[in-house]
Amino acid sequence: MRFVDEFRDGMAARSLAGAIRRTVTRPWALMEVCGGQTHAIVRFGLDELLPPEISLIHGPGCPVCVTPVALIDQALAIAARPGVIFCSFGDMLRVPGSAEDLLSVKSRGADVRVVYSPLDALALARQRPDREVVFFAVGFETTAPANALAVAQAEREGLRNFSILVSHVRVPPALEAILASPRRRVDAFLAAGHVCAVMGTQEYLPLAAKHHVPIVVTGFEPLDLLQGILMAVRQLEEGRAEVENQYARLVKAGGNRPAQALITRVFQVEDRDWRGIGAIPSSGFGLREAYAGFDAGRRFGVREIGGRESPDCQSGLVLQGLLKPRECPAFGTTCTPDQPLGATMVSSEGACAAYYRYRRFEPAEAP
Amino acid sequence: MCLGVPGQILDVDDSPLRMGRVAFGSAIKEVSLACVPEAGPGAWVVVHAGLALDELDEAEAQAMIQSLAELDADGEGA
Amino acid sequence: MSADPLTLACPRPLRHGTVQMAHGGGGRLMKDLIEGLFLPALGADPANQHDSAVIEAGGARLAFTTDGFVVHPRVFPGGDLGELAVYGTVNDLAMAGAAPLALSTAFILEEGLPFEELAALVASMKSAADRCGVRLVTGDTKVVDRGKADGVFITTAGIGLVPAGVEIHPRRVRPGDAVIVSGDLGRHGIAVMSVREGLAFESPVISDCGPVHHLAAALLDAGLDIHCLRDPTRGGLASVLNEIATAAGVAIEAEEAAVPVDEAVAAACEILGLDPLYVACEGRLVAFLPEVQAERALAVLRAIPEGAGAARIGRVTKGPAGRVTLRTPLGTSRLLDLLSGEQLPRIC
Repeated sequence: MRFVDEFRDGMAARSLAGAIRRTVTRPWALMEVCGGQTHAIVRFGLDELLPPEISLIHGPGCPVCVTPVALIDQALAIAARPGVIFCSFGDMLRVPGSAEDLLSVKSRGADVRVVYSPLDALALARQRPDREVVFFAVGFETTAPANALAVAQAEREGLRNFSILVSHVRVPPALEAILASPRRRVDAFLAAGHVCAVMGTQEYLPLAAKHHVPIVVTGFEPLDLLQGILMAVRQLEEGRAEVENQYARLVKAGGNRPAQALITRVFQVEDRDWRGIGAIPSSGFGLREAYAGFDAGRRFGVREIGGRESPDCQSGLVLQGLLKPRECPAFGTTCTPDQPLGATMVSSEGACAAYYRYRRFEPAEAP
Repeated sequence: MCLGVPGQILDVDDSPLRMGRVAFGSAIKEVSLACVPEAGPGAWVVVHAGLALDELDEAEAQAMIQSLAELDADGEGA
Repeated sequence: MSADPLTLACPRPLRHGTVQMAHGGGGRLMKDLIEGLFLPALGADPANQHDSAVIEAGGARLAFTTDGFVVHPRVFPGGDLGELAVYGTVNDLAMAGAAPLALSTAFILEEGLPFEELAALVASMKSAADRCGVRLVTGDTKVVDRGKADGVFITTAGIGLVPAGVEIHPRRVRPGDAVIVSGDLGRHGIAVMSVREGLAFESPVISDCGPVHHLAAALLDAGLDIHCLRDPTRGGLASVLNEIATAAGVAIEAEEAAVPVDEAVAAACEILGLDPLYVACEGRLVAFLPEVQAERALAVLRAIPEGAGAARIGRVTKGPAGRVTLRTPLGTSRLLDLLSGEQLPRIC
């Protein structure tokens, strides 16, 4: 595939890795913000190409990881209602709420369906006027325009049986929270390329300046990630702290204006809870009052449902690179990939799940 | 978050959602091109969750590949 | 062998109170269900798990297997539920090295199923059986209330004769074996997904749904010392490699660049966020045999149309039991794990 294969070239990857090795003089911790980037790092084994000085911290940029337990519980409550068709991206089906996940509710008779796009859920609402169709609108800024478009179009068509359960988060406030932590470990960020394709790069300038941290907007193919790492390491070694754009073939400084207009029309900035991290001010999107009729939380009266995170789960610390998975007492005992307590064990790229996979083949160690 | 896949626009309709067929290699999917109002057949876009996020800039892509080739020339290799 | 404290409790406790879709997904939960509930309850030997059981009777060695078929939609590009029900069982017999003799079939029909559709499925079964040279000799019919089944479920069972001297079983896999696939991977899973509601896309991919018993027979006829055969259905190649590595107490190293995946399958996987190594095939086999025989095995397979795309994709090593690693095209390696259940499309 064009724009894919040429960015997976092994020779170029090795020369980038060589350049990183030649540049680095001391240990640096880089956080790749987006779960899609983590996925590529795991899938292509990119960490093996890096010198030992570079450690990658897998950031919180994955709706699987950060959607709060309360919202999962609300989703489960809505999905269990008779007459509801509950649509979701495949990602969210195995994410546990307080007690169970969407697949469990489905096994008791709920009509839970995987869709590729919120527009598919909208089409289903058109076809099934006899049913309430609810879409689980999770995601970061990247997914917000698609969800906003579905709501705007539902309004245009007067579709009264369509609503969304919103769990939208924004990246910059989360980075601010990570940087403001007194135990901050992150030296530089690889910012999420597709988030920036929508939002542009301007909102990262104050972060880089205030915290003196390099931020490199980075794509998702192996060469993108390695080049992003090289650019970040060069900044660190030279003492610079700038916002740079590695992913220039897609990301413009101003982002995508029509997409931003859609978001602004339908959503407003709100405070949000992040699973494992807690409340972060202004870190999410909620539906504007004008679109309150499409808010599944209101329509089904589930907004008061508040789930609790497992008190044994320390995924928030893991997400920030402050705790290693094996240092958590629940790891591998009460928390496993088939029965996860928290986000970092749910997502197959989550730090805990990755550690768990590899641990099987390590020599047995004293507990 | 945010799987985005590059594809080439085959056609576009004139509905409010600006739906169009986009070819990802030989897999073709109908997606909304509402956020790339200038993009017509032949243009390359990155699609996420059924919506084109933006157009791809071929010159920038070339420039990056070129910069990597130069990197190799001045480094001693891996 | 390293001991995983979580597997020391035997049988492993089931972690869910009820059956979940993932219990049929070919991954870890299905393994839990089989090893935690079925095998202990039925008094079966966990070491004997294979696609077919081999039973000695009257001096002959009979392979015996059964399989239920529930694909949705029932007609998909390149095949339908009827032919799948025949090829699936024929292929499971072939994985024990058996020549198929006869099949049984049981239909669970939902009231209201159009006869026209049923007749078409049965006609497909007949032509598939003819193609395999096997007869459907006995059967059963049940009808259930509307809403109690998804149109039609078909179960087939089969028996076949295992030739003298042939022993094909995971326990024979050993370090030094080569791993061969008979063709490109993931067609069936992608073909079915391309017509599934909510995910549908246009794709030239048609299912690889078809028999592989003649491929297995050709390998045996060539006098090759086949250690094990497995058809990569649910869970795909990655699950087969994990199952064999665990059962044989070996490690397996696969080479990603050597794994044949059609461009159209790879493209579909990109848009849905799937890994083709976990996507189902219904007309492929994976063979394990001594490395020195690998080239001959490839030549034998490639001489048959259904084996034209055969490729050597990896080797068995002495490493930790159950470990499957994949060397990526970038020269790095990653662990190829068993999934929890079925692979789901993702946006993340």
